[in-house]
Amino acid sequence: MSKHSSADQAPIPTAPVPPAHWAASYEEEPTQASAPPQPNGMTALKPFGWAKDNLFNTPLNTALTVACLFLLWLVVPPMANWLLLNASWSGSSEACREAAGACWSVIVVKHRLIFFGTYPYDEQWRPFLACALFVAMLGASGVRAFWRPWLAVAWTLTLVGMGVLMWGGVAGLTYVPNDRWGGLPITLMLSVFSIALAFPLSILLALGRQSSLPAIRTFCVGFIEAMRGVPLVSVLFMASVMFPLFLPEGVTVDKLLRALAGMTLFTAAYLAEAVRGGLQAIPKGQYEAADALGLSYWQKTMLIVLPQALRIVIPPIVNQFISAFKDTSLVTIVGLYDLLTAATVATTDPEWRPYFAEVYVFAGLMFWIFCFSMSRYSQWLERLANRYTRR
Amino acid sequence: MTANAIIELRKVGKWYNSYHALRDVSITIGKGEKVVVCGPSGSGKSTMIRCINRLEAHQTGHIIVDGIELTDDVKAVEKIRRKVGMVFQNFNLFPHLTVLQNLTLAPIWVRGMAKSEIEEIAMMYLKRVRIPDQAHKFPGQLSGGQQQRVAIARALCMRPEIMLFDEPTSALDPEMVKEVLDVMTELAGEGMTMVCVTHEMGFARQVADSIVFMAEGSIIESGSPAEFFENPKSERTRQFLGQILEH
Repeated sequence: MSKHSSADQAPIPTAPVPPAHWAASYEEEPTQASAPPQPNGMTALKPFGWAKDNLFNTPLNTALTVACLFLLWLVVPPMANWLLLNASWSGSSEACREAAGACWSVIVVKHRLIFFGTYPYDEQWRPFLACALFVAMLGASGVRAFWRPWLAVAWTLTLVGMGVLMWGGVAGLTYVPNDRWGGLPITLMLSVFSIALAFPLSILLALGRQSSLPAIRTFCVGFIEAMRGVPLVSVLFMASVMFPLFLPEGVTVDKLLRALAGMTLFTAAYLAEAVRGGLQAIPKGQYEAADALGLSYWQKTMLIVLPQALRIVIPPIVNQFISAFKDTSLVTIVGLYDLLTAATVATTDPEWRPYFAEVYVFAGLMFWIFCFSMSRYSQWLERLANRYTRR
Repeated sequence: MTANAIIELRKVGKWYNSYHALRDVSITIGKGEKVVVCGPSGSGKSTMIRCINRLEAHQTGHIIVDGIELTDDVKAVEKIRRKVGMVFQNFNLFPHLTVLQNLTLAPIWVRGMAKSEIEEIAMMYLKRVRIPDQAHKFPGQLSGGQQQRVAIARALCMRPEIMLFDEPTSALDPEMVKEVLDVMTELAGEGMTMVCVTHEMGFARQVADSIVFMAEGSIIESGSPAEFFENPKSERTRQFLGQILEH
């Protein structure tokens, strides 16, 4: 097709070698082996030299270092004693009363109640299996090699399987109505489903907020501002108490579903603002280039704008996810038993009542495990997304 | 020339609020013609060529491209954008896509071409702009000159009948200007209709069929390069040429 050979033209520098400073930005992750020697003598061989250079280099730093060490000495040993060394790990509540430290036996005794709430005791293998399946699928969905069409099929099967396990009523499983569900399954399902539904909704809201059609723009702005202007507790309360009043007689919407809807709408409003931040960071030239190539609005949005905008806002989006995960504990006000509520119920047993602190530490640890995993995953995702794009 | 006109602007006017950006701009460009538009900054030259594919909407007058009048009708705009390729000052490559994906995206989604077919064509265009070895890199890894050549190849992949260039070399380091101008010169030699806003007077003299000089939103004069450079009609043109040819 080339009608001109380049031979008869002035020599053209074909593809000049990029300057060295680019190389670092696009090569695979630099290996540790090629890392430059660390500055200011921070090597393992000279810990005293390092401490002298960094912790005791000025009188002020010396004073601060000493003060910090003193604080640590005040806090860490008693904490370690309570948490681990003097703790009672098994046995009855009598054994706990004699021990000076934490009473972890309460977790051993009450863990079924904390994890599964009022689900029939003998059937609790079912929510356990459902949660294990769910967490395994969530983990698998994070692996890049599994981002294939069959993942959607696997998810469909998982959700059906979870429904069968939780509700039962088929295949010889006894029926368990969802007002008896509680604990970890409620926390996991409410948070994951509300986030999964809120995310696409938030993108539509963010796009709608920038729409040139006044009706759509006004609706989106109104919705976002209304949701952001009220506490989640009141949204849940409205969904749970007031919403049924508007329904015709005889029509009922499940309590769990109403709470899910409330959480979804609330999370979507916050996420929409995070997504809007990303949309606004996309240079005008990107829109113009897409327009000039003849892409339609949706092609431009899905292929050019969103892939770039969402990359930029991974940190605030995950922040919102983490926030939503923790906010599930507020569904207690509409009478649902999430993990934290189930833990509270576990402390009402007179025999174990003195050990409520241990129960809450344990519940906190459960929340922390999930939130910390999300946070670490987002860091990995960010590195993956920004590997090649210098911005 | 009017007989085979492919772009026709008739008394086009445009305002940004109260700022009058284009004043009764009329110009006819024939098929295969190369037009260089020059003028001081703020003269409306970029606005004018951005009206031709409706990145900007004009408010009065008529713009007719290949027999289709540009109006608010989205279908007409889409039709024209398929025929008109554009190259921007700041390249505007899609940074999240590889060079090859930048080239094939629009043909796949807008023209509905098969991926294998358009990839072959895209590689051919990359060879023509002399960077086939960069196909699988991301735009951020290329030099400015290379990025602009990718942008030209991207526009060509849509098989346009008209190419618009909006100051294609203004954002480039001086040593990269030549590689981009060479590609444009080659393209001109193949009979492409080109409208180019540029300050590269050497390129204008060598390639242009006619040169249009704009100031304050109006076309002050237009003519062949010989006339324009040797014998400018208006005082305003002489002043402009004096300023840019001095150094």
